[in-house]
Amino acid sequence: MTIISKLAIAASLATALTSVAIAQDNLKGLTIGFSQIGSESGWRAAETSVTKQQAEERGIDLKFADAQQKQENQIKAIRGFIAQGVDAIIVAPVVATGWDDVLTEAKEAEIPVMLLDRGVDAPEDLYLTSVASDQVLEGRTAGDWLVKEVGDADCKIVELQGTVGSTPAINRKKGFEEAIVGHANLTIARSQTGDFTRAKGKEVMEGFIKAENGGADICAVYAHNDDMAVGAIQAIKDAGLKPGTDIKVVSIDGVPDIFAAMVAGEANATVELTPNMAGPAFDALSAFLADGTQPAKFIITESKLYTPADNPQGEYDTRKGLGY
Amino acid sequence: MKRLHLERLANPQLLALAAVLLINWALFPNFFRITWQDGRLFGSAIDVLNRGAPVAILAIGMTGVIATKGVDLSVGAIMAVCGAVAATMVVAGYPTPIAVTAALGVGIVCGLWNGFLVAVLDIQPIIATLVLMVAGRGIAQLITEGYIVTFNDPTLIFIGTGSLLGFPMAAVIALVLMILVTLVVKRTAIGLFIQAIGVNRSAASLAGINSRILLMLVYGLSGFCAAIAGILVAADIRGADANNSGLWLELDAILAVVIGGTSLLGGKFSIPLAVVGAIIIQAMNTGILVSGFRPEFNLIVKAGMIILILMLQSPLVGTAVGFFKRDDKRVVSK
Repeated sequence: MTIISKLAIAASLATALTSVAIAQDNLKGLTIGFSQIGSESGWRAAETSVTKQQAEERGIDLKFADAQQKQENQIKAIRGFIAQGVDAIIVAPVVATGWDDVLTEAKEAEIPVMLLDRGVDAPEDLYLTSVASDQVLEGRTAGDWLVKEVGDADCKIVELQGTVGSTPAINRKKGFEEAIVGHANLTIARSQTGDFTRAKGKEVMEGFIKAENGGADICAVYAHNDDMAVGAIQAIKDAGLKPGTDIKVVSIDGVPDIFAAMVAGEANATVELTPNMAGPAFDALSAFLADGTQPAKFIITESKLYTPADNPQGEYDTRKGLGY
Repeated sequence: MKRLHLERLANPQLLALAAVLLINWALFPNFFRITWQDGRLFGSAIDVLNRGAPVAILAIGMTGVIATKGVDLSVGAIMAVCGAVAATMVVAGYPTPIAVTAALGVGIVCGLWNGFLVAVLDIQPIIATLVLMVAGRGIAQLITEGYIVTFNDPTLIFIGTGSLLGFPMAAVIALVLMILVTLVVKRTAIGLFIQAIGVNRSAASLAGINSRILLMLVYGLSGFCAAIAGILVAADIRGADANNSGLWLELDAILAVVIGGTSLLGGKFSIPLAVVGAIIIQAMNTGILVSGFRPEFNLIVKAGMIILILMLQSPLVGTAVGFFKRDDKRVVSK
């Protein structure tokens, strides 16, 4: 960015500070650095493409850096953004610790930093805001749906956990258990890890089906992510049962393939983990730049429940191209 | 002759397998219940064969590599690459046989590349194959462009989930491959050559064995086996998952070979026992799934079992056992 355009932006920012309510438009022409973790999952890829879309809609010049799962790459990228003199930085931190130094450098350069989908263990004044989903709420939403769906009938649930010890696995388990506690007719009969993958989800479900009387005793499967649910659906079909009817399938994430399964009547519900974390972050930045409004430190995205009644075909079509 | 058979049955691998299966049976009485459903056998024991097949196939190739005092860390990544090739090609509309052949070809090329680094450039196998272990997954992600490429091709799905005479295709393929490779290796001099290279490569070369060609062949076979495993895994879930397909399976394959009694220092090897090793590992995995343990215990249970099995094979334990067995001087003298 040239000095002239920087000055121009500084001038326009100065005017923006005096006149309120230019929300959104004031981000036009800004340069924002985005340090992404990598592309380890379909959801991550979708987050990247949605972030780029959101930036384009607002006329932001987005500088993208892929950290390939390494914190040192992220720190390098952030230092690079600071050296380039970007107007703001968004980071999807790969781990929670070790950010104090680089965030302090950004603060000293007066560049606001926003965190996406994961928090950090650093003083709160080092970043503008942190946008994330409430993983406990996701689990609870899935559980609430199942409680309503089965009513008073007895329901033996099998649970496909995420990677043992990972934060989403712990939180999504906790939320689901919170939802079904007090409903004695719902019990979690078996719970094992499927490592968030299709292959493991299928293998674990095969085991559960054998262990629970050929699947006849299982009323529902709760998977911590959609990929494991897709694997479980195949296992249920291989066992000669009908997924969605004989065994209800509820999961979390909202990836295109689970909507395809819904269209086929093989999945019953999914709780969306929105890939649009950048949108709320940009809005917060816009308000902050316009009149110095301090956004909430923790912005929680919506955990929307989708069932076959919510036009799964349409949802599938809109998500297909996002890189899931 | 009769004595030989008894000795064979009493080898530590089969004893360990029997022990693991017994434990599974004790934890889950229906473990061996097999029913006939939709034209195929259905039960936990069948799951062990089906789920154990990919690692068993990897172990077949890995045994040859380890027997030459090498190791192939890249097989998991090659699985991901070949699964991705097969899936993207059928999605792009190529006929299944061409897609599968291409995937197998890519696997062989990957294996030959490893062989080239090891045999011609004399790079240590652990480093040479590490290159592809790291790069391979990236290549697979490039091929799939980060998506899980899903397909509905009936032939490919049949390879992954179909059955032959009631047995899962994956298990049938593993069995056929095991018999073929064992026959080729044991009924010709190739097995002896491989062993000779593992014991002492320069001595083997001086004795007139073309160690370069043979090493290339061994790594090529490992790549080919990884390609088959990769196609099976992708066909099983009807999608190529570049991030997770074959992840860490190279370690399971090495473990299977070691449980099968082949030394990492090369030399004497047994392909069928490596396959038994793979089945032991899977029997543990399936056992944990049906037993109802909490997932936090998975790795502890597995680690404990593996330590026990490997201890059974240690020379010291062998000597101790031999001490109590009067007539088995073979073990003591070794």
